[in-house]
Amino acid sequence: MIRRKLEENFFRILMVLATLIVGGSFFLIVGTIVYKGAPFMNWDMITKIPGGGFYIGKEGGVLNAIIGSLYVAGGATILGLFISIPVAIYINMYLGGKNFIANGLRIAFDVLFGIPSIVYGAFGFLIMVYFGIRASLLGGIVAVTLLVIPILVRTLDEVIRTVPKELRDASLVLGATRWEMSKVIIRQIRPGVFTAILLSFGRAIGDVASVLFTAGFSDNIPTSLHQPAATLPLAIFFQLGSPVEEVQGRAYASALILTVVVLIITVLSSALAKRFSKNNIR
Amino acid sequence: MQFRLIKDKVYSKLMLGLTVLSVSVVLVVGIGLYLKSGPVLEHSSWWTLLSSSQWKPLKGLFGFFSFIMGTLWVTAIAIIIALPLCLLTSFYITEYAPNRVRKILVPFVNLLSGIPPVIFGVWGVLFIIPLIQNHIAPHFVEFSTGYSVLAGGIVLAVMIFPLIVSIVCEVLNTIPRELKDASLALGATKWETIKKVQLRKAKPGIIAATVLAISRAFGETIAVLMVCGNNAVTPHSVFDPGYPLPALIANNYGEMLSIPMYESALMFAALLLFIIILLFNIISRVVLARLERKLAL
Repeated sequence: MIRRKLEENFFRILMVLATLIVGGSFFLIVGTIVYKGAPFMNWDMITKIPGGGFYIGKEGGVLNAIIGSLYVAGGATILGLFISIPVAIYINMYLGGKNFIANGLRIAFDVLFGIPSIVYGAFGFLIMVYFGIRASLLGGIVAVTLLVIPILVRTLDEVIRTVPKELRDASLVLGATRWEMSKVIIRQIRPGVFTAILLSFGRAIGDVASVLFTAGFSDNIPTSLHQPAATLPLAIFFQLGSPVEEVQGRAYASALILTVVVLIITVLSSALAKRFSKNNIR
Repeated sequence: MQFRLIKDKVYSKLMLGLTVLSVSVVLVVGIGLYLKSGPVLEHSSWWTLLSSSQWKPLKGLFGFFSFIMGTLWVTAIAIIIALPLCLLTSFYITEYAPNRVRKILVPFVNLLSGIPPVIFGVWGVLFIIPLIQNHIAPHFVEFSTGYSVLAGGIVLAVMIFPLIVSIVCEVLNTIPRELKDASLALGATKWETIKKVQLRKAKPGIIAATVLAISRAFGETIAVLMVCGNNAVTPHSVFDPGYPLPALIANNYGEMLSIPMYESALMFAALLLFIIILLFNIISRVVLARLERKLAL
């Protein structure tokens, strides 16, 4: 009897410890980044592009990478939306959402979601070589779009599934075609689309492996789709490899910027989802 | 009237086209990588490529054994660390934690999943590497720089925490309440219920989550590349540096294309990753989907 009680307590303590480690790892990571990055943070970092001798520790910032990342992540998310909204609607509205094909497609997109970004990056590079495009903003956007489509489709799919069936039936019974019904549904899922956009943007802005070969790197802010673009994660990666202490410090500061951006996006997405869903018919 | 129906038809076909197109990316990626790795496959057989550890691109020798072992080492370490911790955490969240605690905990697990890989890499370099170099390695080996498969494994473990915890929690929540209640009513403690009822019931889900986590760990590139040491030798202990496949691709691709067959060999590495991860993903996703459907009824 006592042995059972002891076992129960032992494992309860073990569980609390495990939870502390798992939950605490988040604070450990963010704490480390803030602790190391904050001393090197200044206005120049986010308002200036790299000046002459930036990579040996002279003045400048990573504005080029910040803007480049926003371009790549924004472009990919917009391009991805144009593809994934119709796909999500097709799965749920035209295929009915609950049969064998629809479930098969869901699994297919889950599998696509699992394919690592390095494979998308290598494949994107293959396509670019095939079409004779050099590493550029366009190449980066295309590779990252491949990466975010599964995220967008699966998120939108989940959102559409929460729309009450009565709403579809009501529009169908009034004589609407499936496309007209879809328009009603799109209006219903607007907050969900926001969540999907933020999720995809967050993933896109943080990914390195897919832009490594496709977007290139440049000290200037790209002005056209055919120019190479720097991205924030890549800037962190390159600067961290430098032997100069000052440059390494800037890597920490860049990491801090990226962390803050991503955390804001994550918090926003969950807050938005909650707030907008109040006005929806459930 | 007719126009509306035509519009519906047209949109239907357009959407079907987009759907087929985006799903066929899997096929296109597979075929593209296979075609590109053709030259190196003609030169040497699958078996030689996989089992030889001779990596001398200049002589045309491409043996992936060391890289495969590097990948396996970091993945195995990551799973060994992450799985017990995540299972205990999931049980705590679903069974023990008061509602207040749960409401705080779950968002943090989600936040963790949103952190980009490169940040994990920076954290690994700043925190894990010194920790191993100064505090862990000296107890076991004479000297270690800290850049090792162990560092890669730890960083990966933290990266897959959110994935395993969220899936296992979901699986645990779908277990019928009656089963738990029956066990508790017979006088079993909570832990005994977990051990003898829930673990058994959740087994397929836990296995699927693990397989999914393995495939995630397999393909993770940049975080591992930053902490693993990238030395093309087969690791023999956890303090040895390793060189996982994705890191190999990321480090060399686009640079050494003048060496014959180098590109093809790297494409073969990508193909290898792709096939393994595809298989793992399909298995675990089908298992999870089946679980979900069974419980929805």
